[in-house]
Amino acid sequence: MVIAHPAGRQRMIVTLALCAGVAALTLVSLGIGPVALSPTTILHALFGGGGDVQRIIVLEIRLPRAILAIVIGGILGLSGAALQGLVRNPLASPSLFGAPQAAAFGAVLLIALGWADIHSFALPVAAILAAFTSVFVLLVIAGRDTSLLILILAGLAISALAGAATSLTMNLSSNPFAALEIAFWLLGSLEDRSFRHVALALPFIAAGAATLMSQRHAFRTLSLGEEAALSLGVNVGRLRLWTILGVALGIGGAVAVSGAIGFIGLVAPHLMRPLIGYDPSRLLVPSALTGAVLLLAADIAVRVIPSTSDIKVGVLTALIGVPFFLYLIVRERRALGGGVA
Amino acid sequence: MSEDAVLVASSLSVHLGKRLVLSDISLTLPGRRLVALVGPNGAGKTTLLRALAGLLPSEGRIEICGDALSSLSLRERARRFAYLPQGHQVHWPLPARDVVALGRYPHGAYDPGRLSGHDADAVARAMQMADVLNLSDRRVTELSGGERSRVALARVLAVEAPVLLADEPTASLDPRYQIEVLIKLRATADNGTLVIVVTHDLGLAARFADTVLVMSEGRLVSQGPPAGALSEAVMAEVFRIRTYRADHEHEIVLVPWAEA
Repeated sequence: MVIAHPAGRQRMIVTLALCAGVAALTLVSLGIGPVALSPTTILHALFGGGGDVQRIIVLEIRLPRAILAIVIGGILGLSGAALQGLVRNPLASPSLFGAPQAAAFGAVLLIALGWADIHSFALPVAAILAAFTSVFVLLVIAGRDTSLLILILAGLAISALAGAATSLTMNLSSNPFAALEIAFWLLGSLEDRSFRHVALALPFIAAGAATLMSQRHAFRTLSLGEEAALSLGVNVGRLRLWTILGVALGIGGAVAVSGAIGFIGLVAPHLMRPLIGYDPSRLLVPSALTGAVLLLAADIAVRVIPSTSDIKVGVLTALIGVPFFLYLIVRERRALGGGVA
Repeated sequence: MSEDAVLVASSLSVHLGKRLVLSDISLTLPGRRLVALVGPNGAGKTTLLRALAGLLPSEGRIEICGDALSSLSLRERARRFAYLPQGHQVHWPLPARDVVALGRYPHGAYDPGRLSGHDADAVARAMQMADVLNLSDRRVTELSGGERSRVALARVLAVEAPVLLADEPTASLDPRYQIEVLIKLRATADNGTLVIVVTHDLGLAARFADTVLVMSEGRLVSQGPPAGALSEAVMAEVFRIRTYRADHEHEIVLVPWAEA
């Protein structure tokens, strides 16, 4: 007797719709700017046709930005879904765990010490090390107790510490212009990024994504708790380490080129649960695609919203993400008060 | 040692930190048995269950179906021991069928959406046995306590392991469901599995088990058929109670009655 899985079809449709959304928003992202370009012009330019000017605008100015929005949004969504699966908690996300803040500190420290410039590979490496340390410390503090309250309080403490350390570094920086530059960079932005940035971030983000995806089925067994997962043959300790490593690689690589862009990892899995279901393994890919859609859209929005100076995309995602987080807290209030739901 | 012994433990000890929680436990259990593991709170019942399944480090030797447990990979252990922890906790509202399908994980069926014919059959058998086929598409978090315990039972049955370890599967269930769960475990044992159940219900243990293991302060203090293992002397010494005893249709009736 074969038991059919009726939800499979719907998941497929949602995934395809998300892919279409990424493609459509990519076209929009390539089309808007000081010079508006039509989709046909963009497609011509993408395949090496059209005028030189259009080709340069599309391929060298706007394409790296769009690619970064896709991969960074994707890894943020994927990391959020993976962390939520690991700690069995819908409020987990890289930014609430202090990972981007720690990664930013790692990068800022390197810049302030003068050991690396903005284009050095040392930058993502430092960001990754710092992100790894922060998530590792957080999970050590939380131990086996994955109650919301402990995770969120520990995450708050770690991000506050990372933020303070970053401020101190800028405070002590001998060059005020460098400090200002760092401050802007910390807000999170995809402006003026080139293929050098893509080359800097992509290997790490790809490695992080591959690491997380390699563990995808184990997250489902964790639905039954760590002990039951272990009894099903899952090495839970190793799963934790791989997940932390994957998140650190991805977030570190992303932060190194974009600064801290928060809350996409929190929001993306939530948007997908009503459509895909709660299975943490099945949420990974749709959450990554949703993250890409969200960041592409946010990055388009900051270019379209009229303002005297550029709004940073990290500011926008936080402005939308924090109220969403508050909404989730209200919804999960019972669980917060009484430990694990 | 009898040839058909499925599970053999020799001089099993477990330290948690510096504390000795299991001390020098030896037992030999054949298949096709329902074994009740009883003892006061803190006697080490759960620890013994975990140690037998290799879920925590222990000293001594455990053999499962003739192989040393220490020589088996995590995956191979998971195929030989189906383990049902206390509480039947499921953290996400997954459909009951997907929870049951997790029982096939040790056999390489990672995705409940793509089960092979063999794995799907095992899941269907387990769901039939636990009487949860009608709950297939329901989310486990929306089920009643009794329904959820049956789904949890189906999950461990789906492993189709030679040994099934269940930690207080009847806790917080009403009397009807307690009996129902025990009847299903009894049937599982009769089909050839070695079933070890931790329980606080001495009456159910006496009624359904072939063998009773009595633990006290990390030691195995009594074992054998219910009437002998749960003797009045053991009741007084280990549980510090007196029991009311009777015979009903050639089965022992045992009711905790008064403090000793």
